[in-house]
Amino acid sequence: MTTALSTAPRRRFRAGAGDHDKAGPVAYVVLALAAAVSLFPLYWTFVAASSTGERVAQSPPPLVPSGQLWHNITTAWDQADMGTALLNSTVVAGCVSLSTVLFSTLAGFAFAKLPFRGRNALLTLVVATMTIPPQLSVIPLYRIITGLHWGNQLQAVILPSLVAAFGVFFMRQFLVEALPVELIEAARVDGAHSLRIIWHVVLPIARPAMAVLGMLVFVQSWNDFFWPFVVLTQQNPTVQVALSAIGGGSGHDINQAVIMTGALVGTLPLLLIFALLGKHIVGGITAGAVKS
Amino acid sequence: MATSIRAAAEDGSAPPSAPRRTGPAAAPPRSAWRSRLYRLDLKASPYAYIAPFFLCFAAFGLFPLIWTGWLSLHRVDLLNTDVMDWRGVDNYTRLWDTDQFWNALRNTFTIGVISTVPQLLMALGLAHLLNYRLRGRGFFRVAILAPYATSIAAATLVFVQLFNPDYGMINWFLSLAGIEHTDWYADTWPSQIAISTIVTWRWTGYNALIYLAAMQAVPKDLYEAASLDGASRWQQFTKVTIPSIRPTILFTIIVSTIGATQLFGEPMLFGGGVGVSGGSAHQFQTLSLYMYELGWPSRQLGRASAVAWTMLLILLLIGAVNLLIARRNRSKLGG
Repeated sequence: MTTALSTAPRRRFRAGAGDHDKAGPVAYVVLALAAAVSLFPLYWTFVAASSTGERVAQSPPPLVPSGQLWHNITTAWDQADMGTALLNSTVVAGCVSLSTVLFSTLAGFAFAKLPFRGRNALLTLVVATMTIPPQLSVIPLYRIITGLHWGNQLQAVILPSLVAAFGVFFMRQFLVEALPVELIEAARVDGAHSLRIIWHVVLPIARPAMAVLGMLVFVQSWNDFFWPFVVLTQQNPTVQVALSAIGGGSGHDINQAVIMTGALVGTLPLLLIFALLGKHIVGGITAGAVKS
Repeated sequence: MATSIRAAAEDGSAPPSAPRRTGPAAAPPRSAWRSRLYRLDLKASPYAYIAPFFLCFAAFGLFPLIWTGWLSLHRVDLLNTDVMDWRGVDNYTRLWDTDQFWNALRNTFTIGVISTVPQLLMALGLAHLLNYRLRGRGFFRVAILAPYATSIAAATLVFVQLFNPDYGMINWFLSLAGIEHTDWYADTWPSQIAISTIVTWRWTGYNALIYLAAMQAVPKDLYEAASLDGASRWQQFTKVTIPSIRPTILFTIIVSTIGATQLFGEPMLFGGGVGVSGGSAHQFQTLSLYMYELGWPSRQLGRASAVAWTMLLILLLIGAVNLLIARRNRSKLGG
């Protein structure tokens, strides 16, 4: 099942093709450079987070870690309530990814395998909604949320993101290929109704794609800035909102190392996920994109 | 899979031929009821499964979008949203006459171009390299995708440090090459380049992987044929790869254009403070930031809504142009 998600190895044509598609030294140099540019800011965040404020503000800047990490973490923790922020972000990203995965799988299954009137038009509509900027809805949404007295509450961030067009599209693309119609038909012949088919046929097959979608949505939700920034305050922030406060103070008297520590703490959970599951996420992005 | 099917059959409601029915008379009504239920399930359940998306979109996307349009025709104060003074298209004509709006529009455009174009070109190149037979392929892929795991807030804070005019690493590095002191915060072009760098850094790897996926779907015999015809690697890239993945390229252009139009977090946080919106002279204020400044710090929701709807119109325009170009290209290819 995972093979459907891995990035399509294709060795067969290679026999006798010679070395024309083998990477030369230039390719390695360029790729190594790209990898370095991608990773360096992350490494440097760690260097700065482990330094004192004065050391960060030196020229030339430090390139190796120092011993202040723990001290900076406790300072950042006090300054911006990183504990609450991390907990809130985990709750928000967890709820959003669970519900997005569930609803996207149901809708993706319907769009992929169930015949119904208006299917193509509705699917086009789903894709089209991806182009609408969130900014367009923010003002009334803000009014609705304050009207419900949900300002500064986590559900204000969770509810608008319960399901995403991207997820519906992603699951549909996966199930079109991965779910043989014969399985559904066989189950129907056996008298199974559609919920039963979903439970016993669709979900087992969709599981790897659901896992990838869950990770992607978790990353997106964790990193979301605009709407949480509008609707939450520093009393009950997500990580991103808390970071905007650490960095947003007025300039010079702020300890730059502590700012970098905040950035590090806010990014570390996702980097850990990436280090552990990076290959699957890569596979998921490429699998979701192929047929777009 | 076979097991789950069997499970479905076994504990599922008894199959139609179940023999324990009492008499022939009892069977027809039951099976009629059942087949009606079956038909209902067949007909209605697809709608039930797609309903959550459309309900959520209607409640949190479409309805607010229309409401924003309605608000944009009024004068509304953030702190007293119940009082709405009808203003007609005043908010829009006022935008037209405001320098700050044109400034924000121009900045959105320039930052969009200098972030999107290099980003997609580099992604294309990287995808091409990753498509070669390569040692450490997995590492390279994960490495260039790592910035995607970083949030706008964290990435911007880090780059604010790196771009610091006095002690930042980038100026120090440039000074080694003889380029002295660029003010990445205050000068218009440098600050816009700095913001574009953040965007490009975060998204190049992501786009590269999307291109890579598309490239792997290109039939290999096209390359074989091209190389038999004596095409160089560069020619293969421009004559085979690029045309084959054109739909994907168009897709990424549209997606990144949309992203660029909405740019908010990077310029907001690059400005350093919530009060300073897009730089001391608004030198990197984008449309989203301008909308935020009008709506929240200035409390004028009506005018902010007008900016939001103007953004929608611009996006529709861009979409139409993209579509036209795509259609022309297709007819050129087909003709």
